[in-house]
Parts: sequence; structure tokens; C-alpha cells
Amino acid sequence: MPAVEDVFRGAWPVVVAATVRLTRDLDLAEDCAQEAVERALRTWPATPPENGTGWLTTTARRIALDRLRRDTVLQRKLPLLVEPAGDDGDPAPTDPLRLVFTCAHPALARASQVALTLRLVCGVDVAAIAAVLLTGEAAVARRITRAKQKIAAARIPFRVPPDDELPARLDAVLTVVHLAYTAGHVTVRGPLRDARLTGRATELARLLVGLLPDEPEPQALLALVLLTEARGPTRTDPDGDLVLLPAQDRSRWDRALIREGLARATTAVRHPRRGRFAWQAAVAGLHAVAPSWAETDWAQIVTTYDALLASWPSPVVALNRAAARSQVPGADLEAVLREIDALAPDLAGYPYLPAARADVLARLGRTDEAAAAYGVALVLTTNPVERRYLARRQAELVA
Amino acid sequence: MARYVFLMYDSEDWYDTADEQGVADEFRLHEEFMAAVAAAGAEVVGGEALERSSAATTVRGGGSEPLVTDGPFADTKEALGGFYVIEAPDLDVALRLARACPAGNVEVRPVMEMPDTA
Repeated sequence: MPAVEDVFRGAWPVVVAATVRLTRDLDLAEDCAQEAVERALRTWPATPPENGTGWLTTTARRIALDRLRRDTVLQRKLPLLVEPAGDDGDPAPTDPLRLVFTCAHPALARASQVALTLRLVCGVDVAAIAAVLLTGEAAVARRITRAKQKIAAARIPFRVPPDDELPARLDAVLTVVHLAYTAGHVTVRGPLRDARLTGRATELARLLVGLLPDEPEPQALLALVLLTEARGPTRTDPDGDLVLLPAQDRSRWDRALIREGLARATTAVRHPRRGRFAWQAAVAGLHAVAPSWAETDWAQIVTTYDALLASWPSPVVALNRAAARSQVPGADLEAVLREIDALAPDLAGYPYLPAARADVLARLGRTDEAAAAYGVALVLTTNPVERRYLARRQAELVA
Repeated sequence: MARYVFLMYDSEDWYDTADEQGVADEFRLHEEFMAAVAAAGAEVVGGEALERSSAATTVRGGGSEPLVTDGPFADTKEALGGFYVIEAPDLDVALRLARACPAGNVEVRPVMEMPDTA
């Protein structure tokens, strides 16, 4: 039986999404969800009821309806606000998806899209969002408030867009869901990963596939996150220390997730309209099928990165490509190092650049420079598990 | 339904270069736009075309005495040339209509809803 706390945390986005369907106002929906939680705290016994999420949703929507009826201004709008008959108020599986499309509406700036999605759909707190967006808490709080005001004032609708608008709206949603996954893959404040957040992002990717089963990019995003999730538990050792891909126990990778991820990645890559997530999923797939780090098909991974770079030029991708190239047997490490250094101006402040640089320098036997590069990476890295790893590598070199 | 003001910003060359035919074409475009609004289940509830920005006078407040200056509030390459007030079900419909609006740039601004006029 899950703890009451867990029920609240898991239910929150579902309750807000189902309530906003009624209120069309995010603040009001959040208020009502909060009040429902408070009522639950007063009335639930020590263990939550069978369907805690349903209970909270029904309660929050009842509170919303009461408030809407009480409020004289809203009363006049009520006929417009109330859902068409047949809405039984149960949380619909697609509610979170409507909320994502609202949060990632093109009328909102990308940073606002990300902040709103993380806060409202994924339940991430403002401090953690600030860290993801590399900005202050007050700025994030302000951004979220402004964005909610705009949604209400400009009437950004709570719905999944109609078919003819979907393609234009899809990329922002995929990007935001992927960012949410990334924020859970390596958290800012530790531990290494937040499985609840990666799980939520995976659910959203699955909902997008359900919405657009014939589109390649949602398939690809789902493939990418499944293939990454498959490795999740092996990314740290029993002491909570970081274990990188070369040392991970591949026998513990989740075979079911890999099977599904590979099938979806294959479908996506074969599609004529494949995009950047298809190539990223393909890379993840090549790692997933490799029996070991040494037996990985590095040449194929480099080729896949080339395809990704062609469709989506990005210095982060170029860095990953360089790192993969350094693993191809007989690689010219000096050339790889020059490639990495050439990316430095575009990736200032990106911790994985000095970390990749340090790795290549160490393999070249340039120990002092490698230790210095790990030092730079340490300054830029916030996750404590990654920090411990970098410090350990640095100490090994100096010793 | 919600009301939006469409603020149309454009280069002002048109005022100099448009001949009779140019003006007639412009009117036709706006008639087509108004037809598109109606077809989308929205409504044009107001709007005007404006004289060029050099015909504007700005009264600047803030100081002890308002300052009267020749010209628009903000001197920009693309100037406010006209506006519509459109009633539409939501922002998605409004943005679709803004794309069909015959102007170089359209700022879509929601009208503040007053409790007494709702």
C-alpha cells in the first residue's frame, strides 16, 4: 500500500489536469487540488483509499464547481465553462496530455513552456526548475505566474490541437517532454536520477504515441526514453556512486524495455519523416544491443551521429559524436581532442565538455591536463553523484 | 468567447506608393479577411485603419506638465497602421485569424475583461 504522501505526489498532475478541464484556470485548479489534498489529510485513515487519485480528482472538481457557482463574475461565464454533458469528472487518461499541449503552447516562450510543464505536469518544485533553467527561484516563480496569467487572459485553450495543427505543435511538446526526462535522468541536487520524473516523462511520451501512432518522432522519443530507462538502476552502485556505461552490469539492463525500445526505434528510423529523436533512439539502441563497451559498434554510432547532425546541428550532438569517435578502434585521439576544443566556445558552461576532454587527455597520457579538465568539469557540475565521480577520477590521476 | 485586439504593424511605404489600384486591392484583402473571421465562428466587433504615424501626436505624462511631441510614442521601422477588435472562442482561433490578417506583423492582445461589461 503506497504512503499517503506518494499518492499525493503521484496524483497531483492528474488532479490538476482533470480540474482545469472544468475551471479553465490553472491557479483555481491548483487551489482546488490543494484543498482536496487538505481534506484528504483530515479524512483519510492512515492508509489511502483504493483509488486515491480518483477520490482527489472528484473532490477537487466538486470544490471547483462550488467556487465557480459562488463567484458572481464566474457565474455568468459558467455556461461557457462547464463541460459538455457526458463528462463524468473521472480523470481521463489524456488529461495530462491536454495540459502538456497548453503548457507547451507556441504563444509561450520556450523557458516558460519548460517551467510550466515541469511544475504542473511533472510536479517538480520551483527550486529544482530554477536549477534546470540555470536561473533563480524568484525568476522561475515570476515566469510561471506570468505564463499562467497569459493562459487565462489570452484564453490559451486546454485541449489537444486538431489534426491539422498537430504537426506544427508536436515539436515543442516532444522537446518539453524530453527536457523533463533529462531533468530526471540526472537531477540537479541528487541523487543521480529521479525515477518518478523519468517515469512521468515516459508516460507522457507513451500518451503522445497513442495520440499520433503513425508519426515517427513520438515513437522515437518513447524508444529513446525506454532504452535509457532500461539502464536506470545500473547507473549507480549499491553505495550510490556513479557507474558509467563501460562498467555497467549489462545483464541487469531491463530486457523488456529494451525489446520495446528497439522495436519502436526501428520503426522510427525506417520512417521517411524520421527526425532527430529517431537518430538519438538509434544511438541508444546500438548501446543497448552491444554485449560490452568494447564490442560496441562505434563506427555505426558515429555514422548515426552524422545523420543526427545533418538533421539537427547542435554542439551537444557534435560533442557526443566526438566522444564516440574516440572509441572507434585506432582512433586519432589528438584529432578528437581538437574537435572537442573547437566546440568549447559554443558549449561554455556545459560540464560534459571538460569531462569528455579530460577522458581523452587521460587516455593520451596527458595526466596533468586531464586532472585540470576534471577540475573544470567539477566546477560546472551540480549533481552530487556526478561530482563524487569526477573528484574520484581527478584524484586517481593526481595519485 | 474572448475579445482580442489585432494591432497591425507594417512598413509605411504603402502610404507613399499605393495608387488607386493598390488601395482597392488592400480593401479587398481586408474584406476577405473579415469573411474569414466570420467563417471561423468569430466576429469583427471593431477596427480602424490609421493615418500614417507622422500624423500622430504623443502626449507624454510622468512629469509635472505633460509634454506634447510630434510623432508616434515609439518611432519604429514598422508602425501601427490599424487595428481590429475580434471576438473569438480562444487564442488558437485568434492566432489562426491573425495569420490570415493582411498585415506584415500582427500583435494579438487579449482585451481585459471587466466584471460589469461581461
